[in-house]
Amino acid sequence: MSVLVYIESEEGKFKKASLEVASYAREVAQMLQTTVTGITFNTDDVSELATYGVDKVLKVNNEKLKNFNAEAYADTIKQAAEKEGTKVVVVSQSANSKYLAPLLAVHLNAGYASNVVSLPESASPFVVKRTAFTNKAFNFTKIDTDVKILGVSKNAFGVKESQASATAEDFSPSLTSEDFSVNVTNVDKAKDKVTIADAEIVVSAGRGLKGPENWGMIEDLAETLGAATACSKPVSDMGWRPHGEHVGQTGKPVATNLYIAIGISGAIQHLAGINSSKVKLVINNDPEAPFFKAADYGVVGDAFEIVPKLNEKLKEFKAKNA
Amino acid sequence: MKILVCISHVPDTTSKINFTDNNTQFDTNGVQFVINPNDEFGLTRAMWFKEKQGASVDVINVGGPETEPTLRKALAIGADNAIRVNTPAKDGFQVAKQLANVAKNGAYDLVIAGRESIDYNGGMVPGMLAALLQANFVNTCINLEIEGENATAIREIDGGKETVTAKLPLVIGGQKGLVEESDLRIPNMRGIMMARKKPLYVVEPIEVAVQTEAEKFEKPVPRGAVKLIDPDNLDELIELLHSEAKVI
Repeated sequence: MSVLVYIESEEGKFKKASLEVASYAREVAQMLQTTVTGITFNTDDVSELATYGVDKVLKVNNEKLKNFNAEAYADTIKQAAEKEGTKVVVVSQSANSKYLAPLLAVHLNAGYASNVVSLPESASPFVVKRTAFTNKAFNFTKIDTDVKILGVSKNAFGVKESQASATAEDFSPSLTSEDFSVNVTNVDKAKDKVTIADAEIVVSAGRGLKGPENWGMIEDLAETLGAATACSKPVSDMGWRPHGEHVGQTGKPVATNLYIAIGISGAIQHLAGINSSKVKLVINNDPEAPFFKAADYGVVGDAFEIVPKLNEKLKEFKAKNA
Repeated sequence: MKILVCISHVPDTTSKINFTDNNTQFDTNGVQFVINPNDEFGLTRAMWFKEKQGASVDVINVGGPETEPTLRKALAIGADNAIRVNTPAKDGFQVAKQLANVAKNGAYDLVIAGRESIDYNGGMVPGMLAALLQANFVNTCINLEIEGENATAIREIDGGKETVTAKLPLVIGGQKGLVEESDLRIPNMRGIMMARKKPLYVVEPIEVAVQTEAEKFEKPVPRGAVKLIDPDNLDELIELLHSEAKVI
C-alpha cells in the first residue's frame, strides 16, 4: 500500500527536487494512512532520507543502471511498486522523471498527472491540481485508475522535514535485454555550472543586451548569486546563446524562487514559461515593457549600467551576510 | 522509411486563455488553432528525411472535424497523407491508445510526436505510445539521424545533453532543436492547392476508457502591482529581495 517515491541522485547525492517529492509523498501517505517507500539507484548512504519522512528505502545497486535508462528504470520502479502493493507513485518533473513516467504509467496501468502543484484536493475521488496551458491556467484532474502516478512540479510544495526511519533494503529487479535497447553513448553536461532545473535563482537576458559579447555581466551576476543563466527565445534563435537556455512556452519552464529578467520585453509566450517562479525582478529601459505588469520588482533603466552596479552591491551584501 | 507524425491541434501561443460553462470548458471563442509547436519541429524533421533520404510521411490527429484545417496545414507543408481519428481527445492515455491502434496497423518505422502539447502539457502521449507499441523511445529529442535500421538521437537532459542509439521502430518526443526555428516552413500557394487533393482519411475510434478527467479550470490570481525601484537606489532593491521576498 505504501506510497512509492522515485529518489533521484547524482553521483550518490540526492537531488533537491527528490527531497521535495519525498516530503510530498510523506503527506500523501498521511492522507492515505500508509507509509512511504523510496527507491534509489546506485546510492550508498540513504540515512538522509529519514529527515524527509521516508520509512523504507529500496536500494537498487546495479552497474548496468549507472547511466539513467528510462525503460530499465521504469521497469525497476514497476517491480518495486508491485512488491510494495503501491497505489500512488510520486516522481519529480526532472527531464528523467518526465521521460520514465509515461512508460511506467502504461506498465502499471496507472493514470498519470504531470505538473502537479499541490497536495491532492481529495483522496476519494482522487483529484489533483496541476498547471495547464503552459502556466496560464490550473486544471483539476480526477484520476480514475486504481494505481496513480503524480509528477510534482519543482518548488510547488517545498522541502519539508519529518522524521522517519529510512530503513534500507536491497532490491534487485529482474531486467531483460529489452530494457536496454536505448543506449547512452555520450553525456555532455557542464560541470560546476548550476542548471536551470536545479537553480534557486535564474538570471535571464534578452535582446536588450544587443549581442552575445555582452553576456559577461550576466554570467558575473549569476555567479555572485549562485544562479543559472537563461535567455529569451529570440536570443536563442539568433544563436547568441545555446538552445538549452531558452526559457518560455516552447523552451524550458522555470519554476524558481527568484527570476531576474534583464532586457526581456515579456512576450506572452515567455511569461507563460516563467509564471511558476515565485518572485520576478525585471530590469528594462522601456517602462512600457509588458514584463513589468508580471513582475514583483522592477528597475527602469539601462541594464549596462544597472547590472554591473547591482553585481558589486550584491557581492558586498554576500560578504557581509556570509 | 515510413514516418508517422502526431499532430496536436492547439491554441496559438499568443492566445488568451479563458474558460466557459462554470470553468469546465476551454473557451475557443476567437482562438486561432495551430499545429502544436513541438509537433511542427518534428514534422519539419520528417520532411527533411523525406527529401534527403526518401521516406513517406503521414500525419495523424485524434479529434473532431474542427481539427481538419490543422491537418490540411500539415499536408500543405508536405506530408503525404493525413489521418483523423474521429473522437474528441480526452486524456493522454486515450489519445495514445487511439494513435497506437493506427500506428500498429501502419507498420511505421518512426513515429514523431511533440514532447508535450502546449494546451494540456501532459507530456505523456509519446512515452505511452512507445510503451503500447513496444517500440524504443527517446524523449526531449533535439537531434535525430537515421542510418538504415539505426537511429542516433540527442536528447536534452537537465543541464546538458546526451547522445543515445537505438534501433527502429522508434518513437520520438520531439522539440525545438530537431530543426531550427528558421527551418520551419510556411505553406506556399502550391502546397496549399496540393493539400486539398491529398487524402485525409477519417478513421473511427476504438473503445478506450479514460484514466484521467480534467474536471475544472482556474486562472492564476492576478498579481499585485510591480514595486519600482530607483536605479540609483539598488541597496533598497537588495534589502527588499532579502527581507521582504526572502529570496537572497
